[in-house]
Amino acid sequence: MPALMPAVSILLLLALWQAAAMIVGGRLLPGPPVVAEALLREAESGALFHHMGVTLLRVLAAFALAMSIGVGIGLPMGRSPFIDRLFGPWLVFFLNLPALVVIVLAYVWFGLTEAAAIGAVAINKIPNTVVLVRAGARAIDEGLVDMARVYRLSPADRLRHVLLPQLTPTIAAAARSGLALIWKIVLVVELLGRSDGVGFQINLLFQTFDVAGILAYTIAFVAVVQLLEYGVLQPAERHCQRWRRMPADA
Amino acid sequence: MRGLTLSAAAGEVVALVGPSGCGKTTALGIVAGLDHAFDGRVEVGPRPDSGPARVGYVFQEPRLLPWRTVRQNLALVLPRGLRRGPAVDALLEALELSPFADRFPTQLSLGMARRVALARALVVEPDLLLMDEPFVSLDEPTALRLRGLLSDWLVRRPTTVLLVTHNLREALALADRLLLLAPSPGRVVAEVPVAVPRAARDDATIEALRRDLLSRPEPAFRLLA
Repeated sequence: MPALMPAVSILLLLALWQAAAMIVGGRLLPGPPVVAEALLREAESGALFHHMGVTLLRVLAAFALAMSIGVGIGLPMGRSPFIDRLFGPWLVFFLNLPALVVIVLAYVWFGLTEAAAIGAVAINKIPNTVVLVRAGARAIDEGLVDMARVYRLSPADRLRHVLLPQLTPTIAAAARSGLALIWKIVLVVELLGRSDGVGFQINLLFQTFDVAGILAYTIAFVAVVQLLEYGVLQPAERHCQRWRRMPADA
Repeated sequence: MRGLTLSAAAGEVVALVGPSGCGKTTALGIVAGLDHAFDGRVEVGPRPDSGPARVGYVFQEPRLLPWRTVRQNLALVLPRGLRRGPAVDALLEALELSPFADRFPTQLSLGMARRVALARALVVEPDLLLMDEPFVSLDEPTALRLRGLLSDWLVRRPTTVLLVTHNLREALALADRLLLLAPSPGRVVAEVPVAVPRAARDDATIEALRRDLLSRPEPAFRLLA
């Protein structure tokens, strides 16, 4: 019975959706069959893959940028009270900056370019990452750091073997919340200043009131993000944490 | 600590013996270069090739990297070029750790983990070996076994050792010279050379040395009781 639960859950959702569609009316809320047809149409024309591909690339680029900078800032802030006190107020400022403001200013200052788009997305994610990584860095075992210092481990080795493994749970949490945040902001960035991508396409469909099309892209996108979670993020996290699950011997 | 002066000759095993809180661990930290909050001077004699002295440190807790195997823990303290060489396997062999080479530290008992920590300190072929209560809270047979392995190693490769312990028998079993420390503020109150060669120190000899020390009238030795 437990193995069937995900299937049962999805079927229930689909049933509710169909019922809602029939009550509200097909134009405002198309039912599953209509949306499925729209999905197939977009897939056949290649538009679906083109826009999804472009959006996904932007998501990955912004993700890589935000994670690396976030760790690069969060780690020193977590380990050095001085750096923390110096840049703490800046962090609060950027955390509270509305995403829309960052995006609009990026386009104004740097033009309607790809770099501005991806940079704006990254800047929106970096403060969250810094906060998480800083908390994780504060919990780092200084005893192991002392050990690394006595044995004169190189800074690269210290980062790779002593510091980063301790940050794996934090980085995983940051990655997960980051991905969720980033793809939402990428859509806004595309809507405002790009000429391709899911955000751009949804804007187009909005102009023509094609609700089926909008829902089709939504479903496709959510499916891809779920795939990333179960196919990439979770296995990666499991691998990094396998040392915790080893049984103790006498 | 106040007015602490100590020195060790090359290849000499010096034991710092004293009650808890007299600063023995702090002293070790200062010698290791981990603690800079002190007034004074530390001189660790330069190597013949005038590189910095290689230090091995056995901490009170094993301080192994839990996310790396035993073998990797040993390899990581070696220079990059030597990590895949024979040194790691040789040490695993010497300390009877070969069957556990690919285990993670969470899979080891405390005695095993301490043994790996000792192996890690020795694999760098240290000029100076610092040991902070390395055998405390182990059951006696395990502690004896580890002391024996260390003794064997020291016979093969004489190393300058600073051993911190509150276990008088342990100090008498391993050291060439004992320095007795007063409680806070710590300083050296007595110096006891041990003339018997390490190899000849059986249980009876150690017990005799111990009783002799405990029976000495000077106030410094009252601290041992």
